[in-house]
Amino acid sequence: MLRLSKRKQTMMSDAIIQLQALQFAWKPNQPVLHIDELTINKRHKMFIKGPSGCGKTTLLALLGGILKPQQGQITLLGQDLTQLTDSQRDHFRSEHIGFIFQMFNLLPYLSVLDNITLPCRFSQKRQQRIKDKQSTPQAEAKQLVATLGLPENVLSKPVTELSIGQQQRVAAARALIGGPEIIIADEPTSALDYDARKSFLSLLFEVCDAHQATLLFVSHDPTLETLFDNTLSLMDINKAASHHLSGQDNIHLLKEVG
Amino acid sequence: MMPTLKLAWQSLLNRRITALLTVLAIAISVTLLLGVEKIRTETKRSFLSTLSGTDLVIGARTGPVQLMLYSVFRMGNATNNIDWKSYQHLQQHPLVKWTIPLSLGDSHQGFRVLGTDQSYFTHYQYGDHQPLKIKQGKVFTDIFDAVIGADVAKKLGYSLDESIVLAHGAGKTSFMKHSDKPFTVVGILAPTGTPVDQTIHVSLAGIEAIHLGWENGVPAMGKPRVSTNQARQQTLEPKTITAALVGLKSKVATFRLQREINEYKDEPLTAVLPGVALAELWSLLSVAEHALLIISAFVVATGLIGMLTSILMSLNERRREMAILRSVGARPVHIFSLMMTEAGLLATIGCLLGVSLLYLLMLITQPIISNYYGVALAITPLTHYEWLLILVIISSALIMGLIPAWRAYKNSLADGMTIRV
Repeated sequence: MLRLSKRKQTMMSDAIIQLQALQFAWKPNQPVLHIDELTINKRHKMFIKGPSGCGKTTLLALLGGILKPQQGQITLLGQDLTQLTDSQRDHFRSEHIGFIFQMFNLLPYLSVLDNITLPCRFSQKRQQRIKDKQSTPQAEAKQLVATLGLPENVLSKPVTELSIGQQQRVAAARALIGGPEIIIADEPTSALDYDARKSFLSLLFEVCDAHQATLLFVSHDPTLETLFDNTLSLMDINKAASHHLSGQDNIHLLKEVG
Repeated sequence: MMPTLKLAWQSLLNRRITALLTVLAIAISVTLLLGVEKIRTETKRSFLSTLSGTDLVIGARTGPVQLMLYSVFRMGNATNNIDWKSYQHLQQHPLVKWTIPLSLGDSHQGFRVLGTDQSYFTHYQYGDHQPLKIKQGKVFTDIFDAVIGADVAKKLGYSLDESIVLAHGAGKTSFMKHSDKPFTVVGILAPTGTPVDQTIHVSLAGIEAIHLGWENGVPAMGKPRVSTNQARQQTLEPKTITAALVGLKSKVATFRLQREINEYKDEPLTAVLPGVALAELWSLLSVAEHALLIISAFVVATGLIGMLTSILMSLNERRREMAILRSVGARPVHIFSLMMTEAGLLATIGCLLGVSLLYLLMLITQPIISNYYGVALAITPLTHYEWLLILVIISSALIMGLIPAWRAYKNSLADGMTIRV
């Protein structure tokens, strides 16, 4: 549930992502993102919409700890990212966040299994969580693949033999392995047709529920909006975007955000 | 850093054609470098061990290198001979333990004929103080007996009891033949890898006998030919010899005797220390040797630059790969080490392949080399120096790898998880 209210204290225990007085600019005096307050609760599925250039990619980079804001706080799982060093943020990302991108998510030279278990190579915590379940990365991958409706023999296949839809499900499995608390999906369905989108989403929801993960789903496709618990319009909460996009320099801004 | 090793390996496998070509370029350059190094050390070893156990080589007044060339390597000709009396004087010298007379000037089918005596087979040593060994037959006893080197037997297909005719002069084709006095092969020496293999050994008396009735290098005009039997009747003591090898009772006396011989009153003589002269001779050849080594070092540099080029070229098309890795938790340090691992892997595999290639080549060429050149190429493990060369190559590759690694590191910092293609 999106909270723009002042009563956030009462919801503290449920909040997984909190932004406060966040400001980010690539260049001084040209803010790209300016969010006063944003709270996302645990286990919610949040649809973040907004046209290109409204700061979606920047927001995701900030949440992932790739970028550091000039002002404000980003609190994930009670940890203020702005207090961490670059490599600590990298570390934090690898332990707690799984990413799914638009397309070409997978490394072509690894098998499906190796792609799915890739995060375990970089994160001790993900390995540990799997161990705690008395499982192995391989077994986890097998289970995720099954939950996502892929045939088991897909694991040994090279990535290049998979359809786009299958690749995106593999990407979802990879994001979820080792149980990160937050899944960030950046337009993962844009290369799929409508039916495939819907089935991908329902599978994604199912697997996020099973892993008790919070899902942030970024898209500019309004047809998907109804499938989510909550919707966040970045245009509405990003003061910088509404200010800039109303002006003449949209194109300029678009380039900068890339 | 373990996750990056497997990743680098799998990433390289994905680009296996470029990777293979890079590895091959490095491998060939390593083979060349180590091969040149092996050939250099082997030829040097073989060269410096042409003669051993001999304390002084004595000839008419000449340069040390010149003397070694004609007396030991049997190349070129002596300008002057030593008087037999001087040789006898030397034989009786109190410091001298043994002497070997050497008389050169004739040939057979391009192989040099050496007149000497029994002391040659007892005192001549090569390599690590190895004496000559008779493989077949015996040493010469009769005036017209000949003992041939291993190469002579092999190339001319001679066996024992073969009758051979010596030719006057050292050329392969000689119009002056001692056809009236043929020799019989009574012994064949075991191969030594030295010029002994290419020599036909006869007694000093034999050399004298075939030149009976000759004057100034041609059969004397108007005089009747001397027959074999007539020759046997005569005293066949040589008047001169070409050179002599001397062994001393005590090495300490070497310089004393050398000075004494160099200052010999009756005729101008030269005495040289074979080790010193061989080293001097080798230093003349080492210019080519160093040139070869420098060229192969450049070839290695070319191979490594090729590797650098291929890694740098791959960086742009691999930005997506880097972004994906970043999104699954790889830190910029991982990206850096991934690139370094890649350079290290390419260089290490290249070196391994190069070394294997070298030993394969040595196995193939060993019989050919010993067949044609009489040099026994020893297939030995890599020396410390050769390991050092390999270490230097891999380190250079890693240093070069810093360039793409640093660029990938900067790229991944700038790109983050954003996939830019």
